[in-house]
Parts: sequence; C-alpha cells; structure tokens
Amino acid sequence: MSDILTMCKIVLSSLRKKTACQMYPVKPAKFYKNSRGHIALEPAKCILCTLCAKRCPTGAIEVDRTKGVWQINRFKCILCNECVHSCRPVALSMENQYAAPSANKDIETHNVEIKKPAAKPVAPGESAENS
Amino acid sequence: MANRTIIPFGPQHPVLPEPIHLDLVLEDEKVVEAIPNVGFVHRGLELLCQKKSFQDMVLVAERICGICSLIHGVGFVQGIEKVMNLEVPERALFLRVFWGELSRIHSHILWLGLAADAIGFESLFMHSWRVREMVLDIFEETTGGRVIFDAVKVGGVRKDISKETFTRIMKQLDKVEEEYKQIAEVFIKDFTIIHRWSNVGVLSKENAAKLGAVGPTLRASGIKSDTRMLKYGAYEKIDFEPIVEHTCDCYARSLVRVKEVYQSFDIIRQCYNKISEGEIETKVTGFPTGEFFSRVEQPRGEVIYYVKGNGTKFLDRFRVRTPTFANIPPLLQMLAGCDLADVPAIIISIDPCISCTER
Amino acid sequence: MFEQQEIINITKEELLSRVTPLFKDEYRLVQICCTRLDKLIVDYTFDKDYKFLGLRIELPLEGSELPSITDVYFAAFAYENELHDLFGIKVIGNKIDFGGKFYRINEKTPFNKKQEA
Repeated sequence: MSDILTMCKIVLSSLRKKTACQMYPVKPAKFYKNSRGHIALEPAKCILCTLCAKRCPTGAIEVDRTKGVWQINRFKCILCNECVHSCRPVALSMENQYAAPSANKDIETHNVEIKKPAAKPVAPGESAENS
Repeated sequence: MANRTIIPFGPQHPVLPEPIHLDLVLEDEKVVEAIPNVGFVHRGLELLCQKKSFQDMVLVAERICGICSLIHGVGFVQGIEKVMNLEVPERALFLRVFWGELSRIHSHILWLGLAADAIGFESLFMHSWRVREMVLDIFEETTGGRVIFDAVKVGGVRKDISKETFTRIMKQLDKVEEEYKQIAEVFIKDFTIIHRWSNVGVLSKENAAKLGAVGPTLRASGIKSDTRMLKYGAYEKIDFEPIVEHTCDCYARSLVRVKEVYQSFDIIRQCYNKISEGEIETKVTGFPTGEFFSRVEQPRGEVIYYVKGNGTKFLDRFRVRTPTFANIPPLLQMLAGCDLADVPAIIISIDPCISCTER
Repeated sequence: MFEQQEIINITKEELLSRVTPLFKDEYRLVQICCTRLDKLIVDYTFDKDYKFLGLRIELPLEGSELPSITDVYFAAFAYENELHDLFGIKVIGNKIDFGGKFYRINEKTPFNKKQEA
C-alpha cells in the first residue's frame, strides 16, 4: 500500500501557496494580547515595596529603597509574570512587544520618587516635635 | 568471529537535539552492544527546592523541559495539591487537560518532523513544523508563551479562556487537524518511511515490560498502558482508550504518535463540550506536609514527581523521573543487533529528551 | 481523583527477596528515588496495571551500601548509578557501573554533602 504520491501532492500544492514563513524584519511580528513580551514599570505608581524583587525567581529585578531606584536586567528576566502578579499597586505590567535588542548587557534603571509614608496620627499627650 | 570495533556516537550528532553519548560495539556493520553515557547537562534542579518556595518551584518545574513544559508543571502542582488537600476547581482541571493535550499535539508533530529529518526526509520535516506553528499560535494567544507557558499554579491555573476565544480556537483547531491529516497520511503510507522504519529497532512485548519502557515506546510494543488511565485531574470525565500497535518496530512507534494526535484532538473537543464556567483557582493557605508520588502522562510517557513537604515553605525533596530516563534501557535493547545506519532512526524513535532526563 | 499509594518499609537485606517475586509477577520498575533527611530514604517504586507499590529502605547518611537489583530489573542500572553519584550510596553488583562518572559533576555527592564540623 506504500506510495510516494501523497508526499508529492503536498510538495506540489505548496508551490501554489504563499510562503509559510513570516518575513520577519520586513513584516512586523504578530503579537497577541496575552503575549509575554517585556515587563514595563510605571514609576509614578511604584511604592518601592520590593515585593517584585523578592518574588523574582532569577533575581533580575533590584530595588533600592533609599535611593529610589528600580532596576531590571532584561537578560536575566524569564518573563514568568511573577512580579506582575505580586505587584500590589499595579505599577508593573506585561507588555506584548519584545524589548529592543541590545549589544551590551545593560541594566535598565528607573528612578522612582520615594513616597514618605503618610504621617502617623499624633498620639494625644505627645507634642508633634518629638515625632 | 569478526573483529569488534567501538564507535563513539554523540554527544554531538546531527540527529541529536541534545547530548547523549553511546559507545556502539560493532561486528562488521552490526551493533552488538551499546553503552549509554549521559550526564553532560546535569543541572541539579532538584536541589533548588531548598531555595525556592513551593509556589515558585512550579516555574522551575515548567522549565525542566522546553517541549512538555506544561505537563511538568501539572505533575508538580498535582503532587503539592494532594499533600495540601486542596480542592481545585473543575474549570482549572479542564483547562489543564486542554493545554496538556495541545502540548501533546505540538510535541508529537515536532517529533514526527524530527524523525523524518533523521531519515533524511527534509521536506516532510518542514511541513510538519509548519503545522506545529499553528498550534504554537494558539498557545501564545491563550497563555502568552509559545513553549514555556507559566499557565499552571498551585491551586489552579493563571489564565482563563473566554467563551468566544474558546469557540474560535476550536474552529482554528479544525483547520489544524485538516492540515495535519495530509501530513499524517505520509507517515502512514509513504514508501520511504515504511522502507526505513519497518522491522527496525524491534522491542518485543516481553522486553518492553521487563525493561520498564513507558509511553509510546511501550504502547508500540503491544502493551496497553497509559498513565492518563489513572484518571487524574479532569481525565476522570473524559473517555478515551490507549492506542496500541503490535509490530514493535520504529514504524509502530511513529504510528502510535500519529494516532495519538488524533486522539488529543478528540479529547480537546470533549473538553470544550464538558467544561463549565466557574472559578479557576482556589486560595492556598498553609504549607505542604506529607509526601506523594504524582504520576502524569507526558507526550513521551509517564513522568513521576515525588514531593515531600515538611510544613515549611521549602520542600524536603523534589524529585523528577522523566520518561526518557526510563526509556534508555529499552533503547539499548533495540540497538543490539541493528545496522549502524539505523542507529539514528532508532535513537530518535524513543523521542529522547536528554536535558529533562538529567534535570 | 488521586490514586492510593502503598509503601512498605523493608530492610536492605530483604530487598532482593522482595523484588524477585515482583518481577515474576510482571511488575514494572517505575523508579528509584532517594531522599536525604536525617537519614537516607531510598524508595523503590513498582507498578502493575496502574496499581502503585513502593518499597522503602532507610540507610545511614554516610558509608551506606545497597545490593544491586540489576540482576532482576536490568533497567535499575541508571537509577543505581544516580544513587551513587548524587548521594554516595555504594551499590554492589551493578551490571553497568559507571564508577562515579554517570553525571559529570564537579563535587562529589552534591545531594548528600558532608556536614561541616
């Protein structure tokens, strides 16, 4: 029952079809809404809680609370979405476009304004100067 | 007696996607014995459980293998859920089956392509991978990743699929099945393929059972055994029968995989009909205490996850036995007595995945 | 639905006499796994018609030995080499013994490191 015509048919029919590959740099790559492209930070919303740095499985994110710096090493990031899930103020998000390629292993740095915690209510009997 | 020669095969060889080394003892052109040598890519992932919490270990488990990543995750979380007595919502279980069967389709089509490539049938290899690409697009649309999905978590799944998307995907899958059907025909009837694979690498029924083969390798030797029949997760509500072939050669192993893809399409349709609306995750509180050997069926066969929790967020032991590890002794049996030229085709026929073997 | 798992505690002397009848009964060797707690726990897992059976042996942390079951289950050779390389358990009578070169690793017995004094 063996034959070679089945394959010939497929090969010949693909002559008529357009190329199956996507001509990538000429045509832009297609992304879906869910595609995991890169992590983006909205510095205005970040409260420097360091939760993302703690949850990051590869240690790609570093947060300095005293200087107000949020850093990500895109070459370490594995796009697992763990930081996005852990971010309480929703400052982090997963964008569906890939990060731009780079020739150097630089670390992306964002400056975040250090937000002072809201002043504690002054306990009765204590003067405000002591606090 | 003819002279004996030892020919080293691998770790770098055109058919091998990953490094395994075999010392082939030859008498003229016939292989008499083969001695395996793995261990080029041992990463020690199992020890990571002492540094990562059990919830983060899911991410490690999914990255053990790049092809069956989701099912690795399912095996691990299933073990954790058992020791923590978590009740996982039904929708989550069905979604795991849905993605799991899709992974099986993409893994089997990948294998069919590689196997065709191993015997020099390159146009078939490219056509197979063209079909696989359509499956990967469905993955990217639903989970966000193409091969590493991160869709499973302890207590449920991370992503949900809306009703409309699901319906659209089912239509897309019909198209994939149509394309696949043309390629599957070639694997079933093509002259080159039958000529190259029939009566090559025969693993008899007795040997397959004795040497502990798993997955398609075992089923191609005429033994009806599929870990999915344990009815874990949502497989409880799905009807299917393991696919068995009786000729025990490389051709039978490819036929099992060709037919399993059709079966997976069928299981996905059942999933679509039986899935109900609802929650996709439960809240996880506390830490795992106890132990469990979690067994699930991967495209390559049965995978075992042993988890032992001690009531802290770190596990005492996390152990993975991947199907290729169990399939290496049967491979040695198949190689004994074959021609040197058939060695690549036989090695590829067990669908070796060495990096996940060594973890 | 989760399967029932039966685990029997045995000693290392009984191992071969326990395993041989299982082989005749057409049980499949699923895996051998070792766990390091305050002692080493070696689990032999078998399966027949989806029924799970485990044999468990407890061994001291250092200098432990095990008889090989490769005479019965040939497929055990890979697991036994793994026990030797990762946990330092000496397996006697292994049919294919790699002599500590199964995994190419820098340190000896990484899963069972010696306690520092």
